[in-house]
Amino acid sequence: MNFLSNNIYYIGCFGLIFIGLYIVLTKKNLIKVIIGINFIDTGVNLFLITIGYIRGGTAPIFSRPGLNPERMVDPIPQALVLTTIVIGVSVLALALSLAIRLYHHYGTLNLRKIRELKW
Amino acid sequence: MIFVFLLVFLMLAGAIVASIFKDLMNSVIAMALVSLIASILFYFLQAPDVAMAEASIGAALTTAIFIIAIRRTKRHEE
Amino acid sequence: MRKIISLILLGIVCVGIIFALYSIPFGKDKIKVGKHYIYNGIKETGAVNIVTSVVLNYRGFDTLGEVTILFIAALGLGVVLYGKKKKRKEGLEPASLVLYTGCRFLFPLILLFGAYIFIHGHLTPGGGFQGGAIIASGFLLSYLGCPRKWISKERFNITESLGGLVFVIMGLIGLTIGGYFLSNFLPKGIANTLFSAGIIPILYCAVGFKVGAELAGIIYNMIE
Repeated sequence: MNFLSNNIYYIGCFGLIFIGLYIVLTKKNLIKVIIGINFIDTGVNLFLITIGYIRGGTAPIFSRPGLNPERMVDPIPQALVLTTIVIGVSVLALALSLAIRLYHHYGTLNLRKIRELKW
Repeated sequence: MIFVFLLVFLMLAGAIVASIFKDLMNSVIAMALVSLIASILFYFLQAPDVAMAEASIGAALTTAIFIIAIRRTKRHEE
Repeated sequence: MRKIISLILLGIVCVGIIFALYSIPFGKDKIKVGKHYIYNGIKETGAVNIVTSVVLNYRGFDTLGEVTILFIAALGLGVVLYGKKKKRKEGLEPASLVLYTGCRFLFPLILLFGAYIFIHGHLTPGGGFQGGAIIASGFLLSYLGCPRKWISKERFNITESLGGLVFVIMGLIGLTIGGYFLSNFLPKGIANTLFSAGIIPILYCAVGFKVGAELAGIIYNMIE
């Protein structure tokens, strides 16, 4: 139980990454593969934030006097993840537009069929 | 602490359910649930900036873009 | 067969990650560079929110590259979907009266809320990226509720280019005055007030307009 309560955030983010990888490896539908990529994205963001956390820490904002700078969580992963999320949504939109284009060209979203037409 | 356990369990269950559904619209709604719970976890990890970004982008805009894309292609997975 | 092979592969990766995580305990203090930013951030940049000072001051050049990636992705989406425009059906079903009125009532309030978030980015949680996303969701609401009143694509392009231009020009002015790109040449002011932190609020406003116009343009391109 102690092990579980110590590592619950790790379990959450790596569970998300593994489910995403499983979807990418096994599913045939193109939009479902993109959903899996989104899961991997969220899991990696959660992992980066988890690395910077300090037990009992406060957010790195000096909004009121009397906050102890010794107990503040790491601001650098937060700044990196902030930009990562915005990049993630734009790249996702690009991938979906490619999927729409493929659907108009082949008439299907099944990856096996698209590959058979190609080879 | 129990609350965090519940949230992580719900998040992983949402991700598994999203991979099982045949109707893509249901999968996208489950994906929005995963993003929303991730933003609550960001808030618990003392990252309010990231929580706001994830709630407004991950849960709102990503879902909208997916729904538009599904409307322009096919809804059911064969 | 495919599922079994992928499960075996995932199991191997899982064992490797568990061994790697053994040396990273959860919740321990392992901050190195961040300490300098936390202790000297207010003195050096004037921004109370340390995340904002890292995004726009210590790593401002990085943010410029990130905004460029966003621009290139939006451009690529426009190129990929070009020429596939469906003819807008004339008999497009108009939204109901409740939705139309509610959308017209809420749209300015959403814009105001987004602007509040990115103007106060150096004082409270929030900033250009979050405010831009909220503005883009307001435009999404207006597309769904009142489709007759669509804003033309050119205005988005102009706003987005202006945002990028302001960012680069502020950086170049800093280069001529302070000696390096994006140096903070305006007075820092008193911490915890609205007009403080030098060029950070200006840069965050530029980023907010740029991200909002960009995401709204992406939605526009996908719907059209």
